[in-house]
Amino acid sequence: MADKTTLQYTAEHEWVLVEGVVATVGITAYAAEKLGDVVFVELPDVGSGIAEGKVIGEIESTKSVGELFAPVDGTVVAANEAVVSSPELVNSDPFGEGWLIKVEFETLPTLLSYDEYSRLVGE
Amino acid sequence: MTDTEDMTERLSPLNRAHVDAGASFTDFAGWQMPVRYSSDLAEHAAVRTAAGLFDLSHMAEILILGPEAADALDYALAGKISAVAIGQAKYSLLLSREGGIIDDLVVYRTGEDRFLVVANASNRAVVARELLERCSPFECEVFDESDDIALIAIQGPKSYEILSQVPGVDVPGLKDLKYYWSTAGRFGREHELLVARTGYTGEDGFELYVAPDVAPALWEAIMDTGKGSGLVPAGLASRDTLRLEAGMPLYGHELGLDTYASQAGLGRVVNLKKEGDFVGRAAVEEGAPPGSRMLVGLATEGKRAGRAGYAVFSAEDGSTEIGVITSGALSPTLGYPIAMAYVDAAHAGEGHSVFIDVRGTRVPASVVSLPFYKRETN
Repeated sequence: MADKTTLQYTAEHEWVLVEGVVATVGITAYAAEKLGDVVFVELPDVGSGIAEGKVIGEIESTKSVGELFAPVDGTVVAANEAVVSSPELVNSDPFGEGWLIKVEFETLPTLLSYDEYSRLVGE
Repeated sequence: MTDTEDMTERLSPLNRAHVDAGASFTDFAGWQMPVRYSSDLAEHAAVRTAAGLFDLSHMAEILILGPEAADALDYALAGKISAVAIGQAKYSLLLSREGGIIDDLVVYRTGEDRFLVVANASNRAVVARELLERCSPFECEVFDESDDIALIAIQGPKSYEILSQVPGVDVPGLKDLKYYWSTAGRFGREHELLVARTGYTGEDGFELYVAPDVAPALWEAIMDTGKGSGLVPAGLASRDTLRLEAGMPLYGHELGLDTYASQAGLGRVVNLKKEGDFVGRAAVEEGAPPGSRMLVGLATEGKRAGRAGYAVFSAEDGSTEIGVITSGALSPTLGYPIAMAYVDAAHAGEGHSVFIDVRGTRVPASVVSLPFYKRETN
């Protein structure tokens, strides 16, 4: 499980772990709790190009549907198949095994720090 | 993913217990009520296999008292309330003059001249107002008791086993209390309970009406007794998936002012054989307008659920819209998506193939009979 305090965040309740030119993306524990039990996850195909701010997937709970927004421009280099077959990982380990995609990017946009995101969600 | 928790809301008398149990809350008809404690799916499964405890204190309770109370309710509601025996309960409808549904409710006859009408929280004001007006020509009085009555429901196959062992709860005849009957009981020496074998989950269970100041102690006593048997507190999220599996309509989704009872499969709830007039009778006798859509169950494969508001089409190309979904979810018990929808009568027959527009993708679905889930009874 990634260290929450060193991750970067989006206002769409996603976290981004940057390692070199690859960003690992997931949704935050706050978002997972708001959604409730996740029962279906749809992720973009590996190799597909994604554009910052565009909807690239869905995270569906018993109660509602959340959209996954691309946090960066880039190319999807991995999608977490474990989460597709076991969507509950998004709830049980949102910052770890519940990661969603890895994206190879060229430039990283300005994202939120842990403190900024914590203020955003009032925690 | 937006945050909606900041409104000024009414708190249940059980709020403290919910906060202590780590509940997440939602606004429901102006009340801050538990949406889940830990997991919707776990709470749902507990009700199907053991038991769940629900706080329904937001529901509205309106008391009708007086020698002509039964006649008044025969006029005010769609069912023949005068035929309800003392101790019996009846599901009924408050119709508009135009035949639409103002609310669905349960009427408990608790005495010769005494009826408790339990209505949806969101409709409390309109139901109280309509009952007051409709009952005014009769010798009876109408009291909105909602602020003075809390409601706790225990639902699931272990409900009786648990409730019968709660220290201080004394309900004579609990074991043999029949479905849709109620009886008076006690909690401790001095606190009165109304205990009904009713619910909204498709399982066996009881609903306990109690004074708000007594509710926390009763909640705690039931939780303490049931913990070892798998009882969990259950929130409104699981209540919604449970009632959907059981094919039970929800006001604002399957029922509304623009819905006729016959469209919703509730024609039997409107008693046209009863003597005398009742509000909505003329409109119901005329019948729903030709071409009215009918409520059906839809089942789909895969995992993507059709949800309230999604369009239903007759063909995959989406050329002809034939209906709209009113409630839908991936069924936790069945493992596939289910939905209730109003569709054109030509497509309402069991086995018909239709297509649900799930955010741009047309997902094939079959019309199936309701309920989706029925508990095994022995």
